[in-house]
Amino acid sequence: MIRAIRDNPLATVVAVVVAAILLLLPLTLARFGNYMMSMWVVMTIAAMGLNLTLGYAGQISLAQGAFVGIGAYTSAIMTTQGYPLIVPLLVAIVLCFAIGWMLGYPALRVQHHYLAFVTLSFATLAYLVFRNEEWLTKGTYGIFGIPRPTVFGISTKPPLHFYYFSLFWLVLVSGLMWWMVKSPWGRAFMALRENPVRALSLGIDTRRYTLMAFAIGSTIGGIAGVLYAPLVEFIDPNPFALALSFNLLLMVIVGGSGFFFGPFLGALIAVLLPEWLRDYTKGFYLVAYALLVMVLLIYSPTGLLGIIDKYMAERKTRAASAQRAAARPTFTKEGQA
Amino acid sequence: MSNFINLVIAGLATGAIYAIIAIGFALLWQASQTINFAQGEFVMLPAFFALIAMNMGLPFWMAIIITLVLSAIILGAVFKRLLVDPMLKHGVLPLAMATMALALFIKESVKDLYSAEAYPFPSMLPSTTVNILGTNVSLQHIGIIVVALGALAALTFLLDKTSLGRQMQATAQNPTVARILGIPVERMIMLTFVINAVLVALASLLVTPIYLAKFSSGETLGLAAFIAAIIGGFNQLRGAIVGGFLLGVIDNLAAGYISAQYRGAVPLFILIAVILFRPHGLAGRREERTV
Repeated sequence: MIRAIRDNPLATVVAVVVAAILLLLPLTLARFGNYMMSMWVVMTIAAMGLNLTLGYAGQISLAQGAFVGIGAYTSAIMTTQGYPLIVPLLVAIVLCFAIGWMLGYPALRVQHHYLAFVTLSFATLAYLVFRNEEWLTKGTYGIFGIPRPTVFGISTKPPLHFYYFSLFWLVLVSGLMWWMVKSPWGRAFMALRENPVRALSLGIDTRRYTLMAFAIGSTIGGIAGVLYAPLVEFIDPNPFALALSFNLLLMVIVGGSGFFFGPFLGALIAVLLPEWLRDYTKGFYLVAYALLVMVLLIYSPTGLLGIIDKYMAERKTRAASAQRAAARPTFTKEGQA
Repeated sequence: MSNFINLVIAGLATGAIYAIIAIGFALLWQASQTINFAQGEFVMLPAFFALIAMNMGLPFWMAIIITLVLSAIILGAVFKRLLVDPMLKHGVLPLAMATMALALFIKESVKDLYSAEAYPFPSMLPSTTVNILGTNVSLQHIGIIVVALGALAALTFLLDKTSLGRQMQATAQNPTVARILGIPVERMIMLTFVINAVLVALASLLVTPIYLAKFSSGETLGLAAFIAAIIGGFNQLRGAIVGGFLLGVIDNLAAGYISAQYRGAVPLFILIAVILFRPHGLAGRREERTV
């Protein structure tokens, strides 16, 4: 711990400042501000799951929104029947893991844009089920009065309390993710992304890891959904249409696909930036947002963290070449002359 | 029986429109590896060009011409120069993302700048019915099929029989060799984008009288065009045509005979089956496998 601080003072300062903002800023915000912060937390979790599938394992998925939907409906249906939130959470984890695993099978056969279209059709099918299976989901009528949980006797009904509740889950999920991407599993996922054939020849069971990448990524999306339902307190099928899957994909790419903190930044831009722009641009905030995303992608297709990464890499090479120049004997100059 | 015939003809008419949109989609993919997720919005937008022109008091035929020209410039040339050219070197996926953002941009712009309402749109074709073999058939559907087939025939003629079309095909198949042979590759790619723009404008003029002009109508159309292109095989033009007509007919028959609620699901099941068992499409050419 101490060594980590000494080795990377800048990162430590950033981490402390971010933690302070996340903990203290909501105290100064009104109800809506806290609601949006909770929304950011939920979307960050969902995007983090997709970042595992897409960013680390290199498998494109346009179905993450469907898993958020599955989680949200599990949560809404069970908590309105009186179950505590932990029960639908466990059910959603099992359900999304199983469905995500099955969605991984097409990825064993097709890749890239074909995989995008298979997952896109799955997302559309899931939406049709949410809309049409009225006995289960109440269809377009929606499910009202989703209760917010009570933790250790404290109700999370006030938006501020719910924010801290969701922040706890964000920290927990990020911790698990951090541990996973640093473990041999994380390296196996990256090997799958960089060169599947070589990964296979090195003895990595690419088949199992592809399915795992989908299953775990989808499960995390489901967890986000379980938190989403009590946050908004009313759900109908519309938020889980294709647009959500596109949006989550944009969050991952805009933040920086394959960077651990990419989804945090991407969700910040996708959830909070439009709200902030709303004050300045009246109705045009989504137009402005779309324009910003396009400009960013043109400038840096690896996302925001890609810019920082590129800058750091350049500085490193400059420093290294300066060192080499200093170490090199000077006769090359004379030789040229 | 007469119900069946009507469903098939309505299906062929929607299928013809899907085919036009899907062909544009396939052309862009071939010419420059662009997966245009904004294709549906490209179909939605030209109708609003026409509405704006008519609001300014211009007659319908002049509005049509202005729509085609504006589409060719904005959805063809400007789209390629401002978005595709800078993104192309970054690869297929970032470019696809950028077109998703573009789709949002177009949709929200129409909603904010024009209106969120749905507007009726005049048809180029008569809306009466004729009696063919004891069945009342909508003349508008027949007209759509005829116009679409005419456009497809003209495009096929251009691509197969003229020198220009040959150059475009050579560019799509192997840009490097095409350049060595002295073909102006850049100009050919630009031409492909302009053709796509004209095709979507035509589809817009055909489909909007049926579905009304609304900012959100691009979503369903775009999805249908993707599905059509993939079912047929989107590395071949005839694949997109086959896929379009097939999808239109299946869609209408499913709505008529299976369930109106799940009509949207039938094409998706077909899509998943095609991708899993025949990824290059029913009429497509096999690509190098991307595994």
